[in-house]
Amino acid sequence: MIPAAFDYVRAENAEQAISLIGEHGDEAKFLAGGHSLLPLMKLRLAQPTVLIDIGRLTDLSYVRDAGDHIAIGALTRHMDVENSPVLHEHAPLLAHAASHVGDPQVRHRGTIGGSIAHADPASDLPATTLAMGATYVAQGPNGTREIAAADFYEGFLTTALAADEILTEIRVPKMNGAGWSFQKFNRRAQDWAIVGVAAWRSNGDSGVALVNMGSVPILASSVSSALSGGASVADAAEQAAAEADPQPDLNASAEYRVHLAKVLTRRALDAASG
Amino acid sequence: MNEHYTLNVNGAEHEVADAWLGESLLYVLRERLGLSAAKGACEQGECGSCSVLVDRELVCSCLVLAASAIGRAITTVEGLEPSGGLTDVQTAYLEAGAVQCGFCTPGLIMATHDLLDRVPRPSEMQIREELSGNVCRCTGYGRIIDAVQQVAVARSQVES
Repeated sequence: MIPAAFDYVRAENAEQAISLIGEHGDEAKFLAGGHSLLPLMKLRLAQPTVLIDIGRLTDLSYVRDAGDHIAIGALTRHMDVENSPVLHEHAPLLAHAASHVGDPQVRHRGTIGGSIAHADPASDLPATTLAMGATYVAQGPNGTREIAAADFYEGFLTTALAADEILTEIRVPKMNGAGWSFQKFNRRAQDWAIVGVAAWRSNGDSGVALVNMGSVPILASSVSSALSGGASVADAAEQAAAEADPQPDLNASAEYRVHLAKVLTRRALDAASG
Repeated sequence: MNEHYTLNVNGAEHEVADAWLGESLLYVLRERLGLSAAKGACEQGECGSCSVLVDRELVCSCLVLAASAIGRAITTVEGLEPSGGLTDVQTAYLEAGAVQCGFCTPGLIMATHDLLDRVPRPSEMQIREELSGNVCRCTGYGRIIDAVQQVAVARSQVES
């Protein structure tokens, strides 16, 4: 498995990365940790002719307390998200979900920004940050803009990022002691989720998002609406798949995925309410 | 498109001449530097056969470009014991019967050294979690876990 030939250029900073992608256009892709893009390239499912390596932009690797939210640099690796004391204190759901991505080798290289920009609906962190009401920061030739996670995922592996934009930061609201849970159903610990659920609950508020229940990560707003309308956890969880459009694959039929989403949502909400 | 570059592998600088920077680190180690301990299997970052240390972190060398490895310190099984003998981990794998076909063994040896350097007395659950990126299709893992525990015990006895 050898990828199709490509030219390699290394960006020294975000501005240079944006200028390089502007120069090379649609044929170029950013390379961060490489753990989503390189497997696809080896299968020839992606054939960029230029790779712009942003993997050494260490100034985009950080976790900072920014008052009402935590700011995470896009190049922060899963292992650093998993082990961040700031996230353990203020956004434990995200740190916990990051510890369930792949295996140790994957978490040493893969980055939170790479995972979100790749937008695989089966990935853990797009859905988790969606449930948390995250905001993503994109930088382009004309400056930066904020994109709500709820507006970011447009289709399978397709996001609101423009061709000449780079994801630079992920902002997650502080959880302020909210209950939370991440439920991941798979056959082996290091596998992709067959279905996953990220959920939090605090007083009347809640957020629930689903992994691998459609072409994009799914915000299960019907569950939150039911809860805020006074429904029990069991009744609210029955709404888990209302926004979903699960597809069958070798692991599970669409019907089984719907069943899993309801069961895992109930478990997640029970844990978050405890 | 081809370049000349240098890789630091097992403490020595290795010249790579007239090669594409888009080759994987695994390919360069095996095919250009003749270091064949790291194995190529899934090529997708799933199986761990190609595990090496890059700047003291365990990674799948099949998903690291040669270009990304330039300027980093790379360690392979060949560099674990400069004298050419076996490390305590390799010896324990042999004695515990943790090696059957042997294809996954180099990756597991790297993962075990990495684990025990960071966590000298891991629990069984920690061992299973830390080695979860290294797939073995022969042993059922029981004797691999035995081998890791043997090394942990032996090292703690040397210290005490």
